Amino acid sequence: MAVSGILLVLFLVAHMAGNLHVFEGRASMNEYAHGLRTFGEPLLPHESLLWVLRIGLIAAAAVHIWTAVVLTRRALAARPVRYASKKPAKGESRHAAATMRWGAAVVFLFIIWHLLDLTFRTVNPVKDVPDAYGAVVATFSPERWPVTVFYLLALLALFFHLRHGIWSAVQTIAGPNSKWRKRTQAIGLAVALIVVLGFAIVPLSVTFGLVK
Amino acid sequence: MSTDYYRDGEAVADAKAPAGPINERWEKRRFSGRLVNPANRRKLRVIVVGTGLAGASAAATLGELGYRVANYCFQDSSRRAHSIAAQGGINAAKNYRNDGDSVHRLFYDTVKGGDFRSRESNVHRLAEISTEIIDQCVAQGVPFAREYGGLLDNRSFGGAQVSRTFYARGQTGQQLLLGAYQALQRQVAAGTVDLHTRHEMLELIIVDGKARGIVVRDLVTGAISTELADAVVLATGGYGNVYFLSTNAMGCNVTAGWRAHRKGAYFANPCYTQIHPTCIPQSGEHQSKLTLMSESLRNDGRVWVPKQKGDDRHPADIPEDERDYYLERRYPAFGNLVPRDIASRAAKVVCDEGHGVGPGGLGVYLDFAAAIERLGRKAVEAKYGNLFDMYERITGENPYERPMRIYPAVHYTMGGLWVDYDLSSNIPGLFVTGEANFSDHGANRLGASALMQGLSDGYFVLPNTISDYLADGPFEAVDETHEAVVAARKEVDDRIAFFLGNDGDRTVDSFHRELGRIMWEYCGMERTDEGLRKAIGLIRGLKDEFYRRVKVTGKNEQLNQELEKAGRVADFLELGELMCIDALHRTESCGGHFRAESQTEDGEAKRDDEQFSYVAAWEFGEDGPVLHKEALEFEYVKPTQRSYK
Amino acid sequence: MKLSLRIWRQSDAQAQGKMVSYEIDEVSEDASFLEMLDVLNERLISEGEDPVAFDHDCREGICGACSLVIDGQPHGPQAATTTCQLHMRKFKDGDSIDIEPWRAGAFPVIKDLVVDRSAFDRIIQAGGYISAPTGTAPDAHAVPIPKQDADAAFSAAACIGCGACVAACPNGSGMLFMGAKVTHLGLMPQGQPERHTRVLGMVAAHDEAGFGGCTNTGECAAACPKEIGLDVIGKLNRDFRKAAIRAA
Ligand SMILES: Cc1cc2nc3c(=O)[nH]c(=O)nc-3n(C[C@H](O)[C@H](O)[C@H](O)COP(=O)(O)OP(=O)(O)OC[C@H]3O[C@@H](n4cnc5c(N)ncnc54)[C@H](O)[C@@H]3O)c2cc1C
Ligand code: HEM
Ligand code: HEM
Ligand code: SF4
Ligand code: F3S
Ligand code: FES
Repeated sequence: MAVSGILLVLFLVAHMAGNLHVFEGRASMNEYAHGLRTFGEPLLPHESLLWVLRIGLIAAAAVHIWTAVVLTRRALAARPVRYASKKPAKGESRHAAATMRWGAAVVFLFIIWHLLDLTFRTVNPVKDVPDAYGAVVATFSPERWPVTVFYLLALLALFFHLRHGIWSAVQTIAGPNSKWRKRTQAIGLAVALIVVLGFAIVPLSVTFGLVK
Repeated sequence: MSTDYYRDGEAVADAKAPAGPINERWEKRRFSGRLVNPANRRKLRVIVVGTGLAGASAAATLGELGYRVANYCFQDSSRRAHSIAAQGGINAAKNYRNDGDSVHRLFYDTVKGGDFRSRESNVHRLAEISTEIIDQCVAQGVPFAREYGGLLDNRSFGGAQVSRTFYARGQTGQQLLLGAYQALQRQVAAGTVDLHTRHEMLELIIVDGKARGIVVRDLVTGAISTELADAVVLATGGYGNVYFLSTNAMGCNVTAGWRAHRKGAYFANPCYTQIHPTCIPQSGEHQSKLTLMSESLRNDGRVWVPKQKGDDRHPADIPEDERDYYLERRYPAFGNLVPRDIASRAAKVVCDEGHGVGPGGLGVYLDFAAAIERLGRKAVEAKYGNLFDMYERITGENPYERPMRIYPAVHYTMGGLWVDYDLSSNIPGLFVTGEANFSDHGANRLGASALMQGLSDGYFVLPNTISDYLADGPFEAVDETHEAVVAARKEVDDRIAFFLGNDGDRTVDSFHRELGRIMWEYCGMERTDEGLRKAIGLIRGLKDEFYRRVKVTGKNEQLNQELEKAGRVADFLELGELMCIDALHRTESCGGHFRAESQTEDGEAKRDDEQFSYVAAWEFGEDGPVLHKEALEFEYVKPTQRSYK
Repeated sequence: MKLSLRIWRQSDAQAQGKMVSYEIDEVSEDASFLEMLDVLNERLISEGEDPVAFDHDCREGICGACSLVIDGQPHGPQAATTTCQLHMRKFKDGDSIDIEPWRAGAFPVIKDLVVDRSAFDRIIQAGGYISAPTGTAPDAHAVPIPKQDADAAFSAAACIGCGACVAACPNGSGMLFMGAKVTHLGLMPQGQPERHTRVLGMVAAHDEAGFGGCTNTGECAAACPKEIGLDVIGKLNRDFRKAAIRAA
């Protein structure tokens, strides 16, 4: 769980940074997308780097989802009966219990939509694969505001997921002492904020016409 | 004399201590005791009842030795035995402080502290073993307090002049018990100990004069079963709860010991009870138990009451000259640090005269204002912060601003089943360890020595002495159909059937509370001939009423806490009477037993060595108890009268 | 004061339980929570009803027997306080209070508010000890232990085995309890030889007993009456990782 989660975090950081190419204009963004696909050519086949990354990503996601299901099922078995009286959580990660699993479901649905949208272009008006820039601009165009809202909601879910997930993974792998635990919690919060804001700025910019 | 209550029997013939120089006796005993071949140990089954310090350490050690052990406790886990609550510490003659301590000094202090009513041989052995206990516990990982150099810290405790008390913050008993608990669980995993929690022993099984088993009730299902073995060890703790309110845990009881007593085991010195001076006073009728505040508080707190009777002003508004610092006044040399029994009695005296404070006038002030002024609030907080917090949680009063109220409470019972030097009762095959036996503390126990005794008995003494008995085993097999087994089981069944069938209208607790009040009033801090006679009458009446009116709900085949309590209170009622009889017959004052008739001109306890230098071992008789005396001899420590003026 | 209680009643392990309402009057502020229940029970008995069963023994916050979930919070609303040390002055006249047993698959209900916590003992059996048979110990001063380590070991060893951590954990995990023991023994030099087998054994027994996995929500530490912190879980994780790698 923790290892796959951290791999996913690394992917997201890179993905977020990549997305910011949008602000450099169509050419730069498409070149970047193209570069990912043609990396190492002609020595390596087309899209080889991308597929190495994709396989890693798919493996990490598979492990992550599988362990998530296992953990969740264990938790349900270990807590078969609910309390009649409910009090707000008061632990160090008080949002975690409420947001991790629901949030993950939202993120999962989001990713499916997102793949159909920007990778396979099934639901995207721009079918021309090399034109990633065009696809992004098209999907977040002001008339398609519900798409933007859905993305933002998913990012909110992702924020909570990462905020807890990052320090949780460190706690699981490294087991920091109290001082370092507090620091990891702060780092988790910071990374989650940066990643999510870094993502959010793209659809917002398009929707509000800053990027055309 | 009070022979209308009891009969005199023969003197106790032999307590089995070896003769010779005192420091060689234990060595000698170990050498002369027979051993059991390791291959044969597997064939021998030992029942240990109790998982406190005395029981868990014995069960674990016997398991390590290779015996087949069955261990019982009534709590849901063996880790919860009452030993867990001990706060202060455990003594050992390590002399790590180089302050003049030695085995002999610990021996001397303990005999003197027991007011010359304990056996020299036993106490000396205890002092010798004390050092091994600390080694053993450290090896198990008990996190004792340490100094910056990494070595063990010690403190002086209960007025001792040397620093010989090892401690783990205020939770020494907990840490020692967890050490023993873990050793025990290790044996459970190894398969040598069969542990049964939520099981209560309700009867002893004796076959051909030997203890061969117990009848237990599974407290969850109500199933009654008979468990058979080659020997039975009782490590069932103290009976302070006969007073209803005490510092003991709610479940502490005398049932195991009392059932054995009814089957012939002598009960020794039942009237010796220790009353602890610094407990949080009772706040109302609902009160279920009393909480001990560490004795260490008296190092810095000053004890006083208002001079004017019934003065209910805020303590801060009572000027200095209207306060009576009675301990400092009466005992100028020791002041607030006089021993437990003296401090307790002095508090009772001022409260009886009407100077007491708080609800019912049953309390005296323990004031830290002077200490806070002298040392600063920070320093006081560092030393006693957690105790102050506990006080505030319970009373809702802030002891930094308002003096604490304290009152004495029953704390420890020095009496218990009679045992010889081998910890064997007078019933062959029945051994008794820890607070459940009477052995090492005489008429009064020094602070930090009960933990020492429990572990000494369980880790070191019993495993060595029981082999001498087991060397004759395995004994002839008995099974469930043996008539003695059937009879014991029937006694239990009948008792349960009686309680459940009784058409009563009073709760068990109401009887327990009433018994407690009688005991506290007449067999508490101060006892008189007249009061004790009255108490015996009252207890007999109460017992009668108990059997007529007690109401127990539910059925046997379930978790039934009322049924559990009913059995325990029934035994307390009989024990209470014996305690009063013992207190009545001992017309001297000694240790925890203060007879108002036997005091010096200035109100101090007066011992009578001529007449009473003996252990009173009581045998159960249908028409009243029979007294067997075991004479005490003092070769190494000459009896003197205590004085703390 | 006057209170309305809703208490979980369940006659035995198999029975279907439910919350039952009781009114109780003239509760003293100075009574402890359990003493309040004693008063209720006395009344129930005299009315011929079965009293409410609950575990308790020391009533001093040290034995770990008491175990009520009060208004959704294990050991009730006061921080760092066991149920037996909770006093009624923390409540107000007219309050209604819900009282439930620990809820966890590994702690099945036996009756009313009493649960079976023997799974904790099984975790300890699987390695929560130092093997030091009686009589084999060197002198207590043979191995000095730095004061900080001894103090930290003590703080972890202060766990009373009550199970509130499990009751509070949304995953029904026993990590805090287990982490406390692993930390206590792992900080002592005596505990080193068995350090790796201990953690592997205990974790296996923990999972076997039906406790859930930890996802670091931290509710356990917030409920713990002895203020055992999440660092013990970190330490457990660290030891577990090392041991698992070594064993692989
Ligand atoms: C508040 C307090 C503080 C103390 N502080 C100190 C201190 O600082 N230093 C010190 O030396 N001493 C102290 N003492 C005294 C000391 O704690 C006890 O005397 C000692 O721990 C008793 O140990 P034990 O093993 O004999 O009995 P316990 O620990 O009481 O164990 C009794 C065992 O017997 C079992 N049992 C009882 N009856 C039955 C039955 N019928 N069937 C099955 N099982 C049964 C119980 O389940 C339990 O496991 C203190 C005592 C109190 C009350
Ligand atoms: C398909 C979508 C996802 C699902 C179903 C999912 C599910 C989960 C679940 C159930 C947990 C366990 C935590 C808990 O229950 O409290 C978890 C933890 C975690 N997740 Fe996800 N997640 C998803 C996507 C992601 C993504 C995209 C990332 C990273 C960018 C991520 C990073 C993490 C991390 C770091 C953890 C913490 C691991 C630990 O506790 O050791 N997850 N996830
Ligand atoms: C909101 C801002 C986002 C934008 C603008 C964006 C944009 C894109 C684009 C353009 C692609 C296609 C790249 C290509 O095929 O060349 C892509 C792929 C992808 N995105 Fe995003 N994305 C965003 C957020 C996210 C988030 C939050 C996640 C995960 C939780 C995510 C996960 C993925 C994945 C898994 C792929 C497929 C990668 C692959 O093709 O191998 N994206 N994204
Ligand atoms: S860790 Fe805390 S909550 Fe858990 S069992 Fe120990 S004391 Fe109780
Ligand atoms: S609440 Fe549960 S999820 Fe882990 S941090 Fe505590 S065990
Ligand atoms: S009853 Fe012992 S901790 Fe509450």
